[in-house]
Amino acid sequence: MLLNSKIPEGPLTDKWTKHKFNIKLVNPANKRKYDIIVVGTGLAGASASASLAELGYNVKAFCFHDSPRRAHSIAAQGGINAAKNYQNDGDSVFRLFYDTIKGGDYRSREANVYRLAQVSVNIIDQCVAQGVPFAREYGGLLANRSFGGAQVSRTFYARGQTGQQLLLGAYSALSRQVANGKVQIFPRTEMLDLVKIDGKARGIVTRNLITGKIESHSAHAVILATGGYGNVFFLSTNAMGSNTTAAWRAHKRGALFANPCFTQIHPTCIPVSGDHQSKLTLMSESLRNDGRVWVPKAKGDKRKAKDIPDNERDYFLERKYPSFGNLVPRDVASRNAKEACDEGRGVGPTGLAVYLDFRDAIQRDGKNTIEAKYGNLFEMYEKITGQNPYEMPMMIYPAIHYTMGGLWVDYNLMTNIPGLYATGECNFSDHGANRLGASALMQGLADGYFVISYTIGDYLASIPIERINNDHPAFKEAEANVAGIITKLLIIKGTRTVDSFHKELGKVMWDYCGMARNAKGLKFAKEKIREIRAEFWNNVNVVGENEELNQTLEKALRVSDFLELGELMIDDALNREESCGGHFREEYQTEEGEAKRDDENFSYVAAWEYTGDNQPEALHKEALEFENVKLTQRSYK
Amino acid sequence: MNLTLDIWRQKNTDTKGAFKTYAISNISEDMSFLEMLDVLNEQLVEKGEDPVHFDHDCREGICGSCNLFINGRAHGPNIKTAACQLHMRSFSDGDNITIEPWRASAFPVIKDLVVNRGAFDRIIQAGGYVSVNTGGVPDANEIPISKVKADQAFDSATCIACGACVAACKNASAMLFVSAKVSQLALLPQGQVERKTRVERMVAQMDAEGFGACTNTGACSIECPVGISQDNIARMNREYYSAKAKSDNLE
Repeated sequence: MLLNSKIPEGPLTDKWTKHKFNIKLVNPANKRKYDIIVVGTGLAGASASASLAELGYNVKAFCFHDSPRRAHSIAAQGGINAAKNYQNDGDSVFRLFYDTIKGGDYRSREANVYRLAQVSVNIIDQCVAQGVPFAREYGGLLANRSFGGAQVSRTFYARGQTGQQLLLGAYSALSRQVANGKVQIFPRTEMLDLVKIDGKARGIVTRNLITGKIESHSAHAVILATGGYGNVFFLSTNAMGSNTTAAWRAHKRGALFANPCFTQIHPTCIPVSGDHQSKLTLMSESLRNDGRVWVPKAKGDKRKAKDIPDNERDYFLERKYPSFGNLVPRDVASRNAKEACDEGRGVGPTGLAVYLDFRDAIQRDGKNTIEAKYGNLFEMYEKITGQNPYEMPMMIYPAIHYTMGGLWVDYNLMTNIPGLYATGECNFSDHGANRLGASALMQGLADGYFVISYTIGDYLASIPIERINNDHPAFKEAEANVAGIITKLLIIKGTRTVDSFHKELGKVMWDYCGMARNAKGLKFAKEKIREIRAEFWNNVNVVGENEELNQTLEKALRVSDFLELGELMIDDALNREESCGGHFREEYQTEEGEAKRDDENFSYVAAWEYTGDNQPEALHKEALEFENVKLTQRSYK
Repeated sequence: MNLTLDIWRQKNTDTKGAFKTYAISNISEDMSFLEMLDVLNEQLVEKGEDPVHFDHDCREGICGSCNLFINGRAHGPNIKTAACQLHMRSFSDGDNITIEPWRASAFPVIKDLVVNRGAFDRIIQAGGYVSVNTGGVPDANEIPISKVKADQAFDSATCIACGACVAACKNASAMLFVSAKVSQLALLPQGQVERKTRVERMVAQMDAEGFGACTNTGACSIECPVGISQDNIARMNREYYSAKAKSDNLE
């Protein structure tokens, strides 16, 4: 299979402008004759649904939540990047582009990332016009803060709840289109299959989560904005319901899955407290602006933090990376925290934590200033741990947070299946091997507001305007497929719970495909996952029936897909014999223990093709070409 | 710790529900309340029984999914805390804990503790937005907004639409939810153009959904997990009456 990324010719700075001119348009009177399905109502989905409906298309929007406003974008804390240069500190579109490419350890496409940086400025304008209450200075203009991996302040924020405010902005635009009759929302409805007719995506099959009814929906194009797959690790900062099912079922229908092993471990999460733990909570990266990360210099130092004098503390990020200090990118911060704990210098009851200390910031700026910046995060920390971070340092440890891998898409955000698009975290395109802080919100909204609304027209203008009825045999076949999977799960009635399998899978993934990976461990994990999957299909206990609200069945369907995706992640991690960004292969590191890329052999996107149940997937490579940046060993020293 | 749980079980909207009692042991005080329910549900599934259904997702107090009425209080005993952020250290060994769904005719029970809050979406659809299309908007800094106003608008905008205000209100009124959105947009310059029609439409939809009237009891604000202030209700009343007093009102 030839992967055509469809990157426009010409200089980097002109590609998007020229492309917008060159692609086909659908005339305004014809737009109302096209139906578009959007799965997911987070930042990428809600913004796409609203923008496409404003243009005149008929949109059907699906979410498994009870309301579109509950998508997990809502939980993003720190902020959103944009190359506005409002701070006069040297920012530019090119600098945001450069930081993002470098932060991703040179494993993303130049053209996509440059476009992302270009439209970033429009996103802020759009959100302000919607009434999103960003933080402001006393003069009434917008405030900014700095974030990891950058030396300029380009992050716009709304206290520690930026994701909430941006999503509510997109949700309000979506709600307006519902009132206008241009968007129909299907809450508590989960996509379980993709329907292709003549090789093109023409619809989806869903399960109504309240009645269990399996239903078909047809359209001219399908957009998947279904988020990431971090919950394959069971414990992550994702919401409990976040899952890979829609993307995975599309993969099984032929959509390529790119760079699945690129997962992001976020350095500042609240450590695990026990076996009962159901999820992990992130403490925003913005805290690293003022908090200092340290561990005791001596191994096994069990004194209280405040009893350890400064000269017996190791501020390891400041020591090793003097120019970026505590604001190194997430992958670097996470690996260093792990290293400190592996050396036996971790703190807290489990020894799997490092301190994030605000003592100096509080002394310097006063408690009120720190409270104004991070009040809600400090409160959240105290609610969960019962400890007051104004008085003792926070304890943090890395956790799975984001997945850079996802469905392979071209420059138009279309997968290799004509008419099937993937936006936001669901695709692989912009963050390479590591995402910078405050860039996820930027990408979700860029894709939804400013990219897909142009590029989808190019495709729609090229296909017949006639609608396809959802009683077409392809829909019946997909409905039967879904019903078959559900029946198979319900009749097993084994002895183990769905969660017990999910936890077992998650532990294997974390231990062997987490912060550090090696060939031996990965090979072991592959066998282990196959065993877990085989037992799942023989011994899982899914109580209840299909024709009711059945949360056990919902979980079982999602976990069955994670059990397949997990193996592909392992295959991808094994194949990529280099270290880059969040993918750290222990065999490939510099003398200083940093990730060592192999640009000669691995400067490509690994796109995997499903070839059948329990069959090895076929690897397709899209070579990455860099014309505007020079590939260097990333240095934050 | 060991606990006794009285939990509302209801098969579906059309079936009558009832409390059922469960004993649960070895609960750690570091567990969240929902993790305690996870433990119960694992035990129920192991016995082949249907687990207790409840809405939950982010478990960080921001998505607004969780909606448990615990010992007679929306989201349980702690103020400014959603049920998902409530931890078992707030309870003691031997406690008896009663767990119910939100009770309001505008929020019909779907199953056990899961209710239908679609009414909130329909109220937002009636006018909870600024009518701008994507693109063609001015530069963000061309709309200066005083920090004081922006902060006030932010405080109103933090509502998570969980419905605790309705559940806590003896009249099942949705005034706190509706007024938070009305206030956010009334305070900001972007919301001025549609200021009057917005409040009229949203209030009309709120009434059509069957929510009760406000008698200024204030339980809504006390029980709100994000601390939305009752001031919003006063502001919405003012917005509503001044819209109605104008000659160009909707009805």
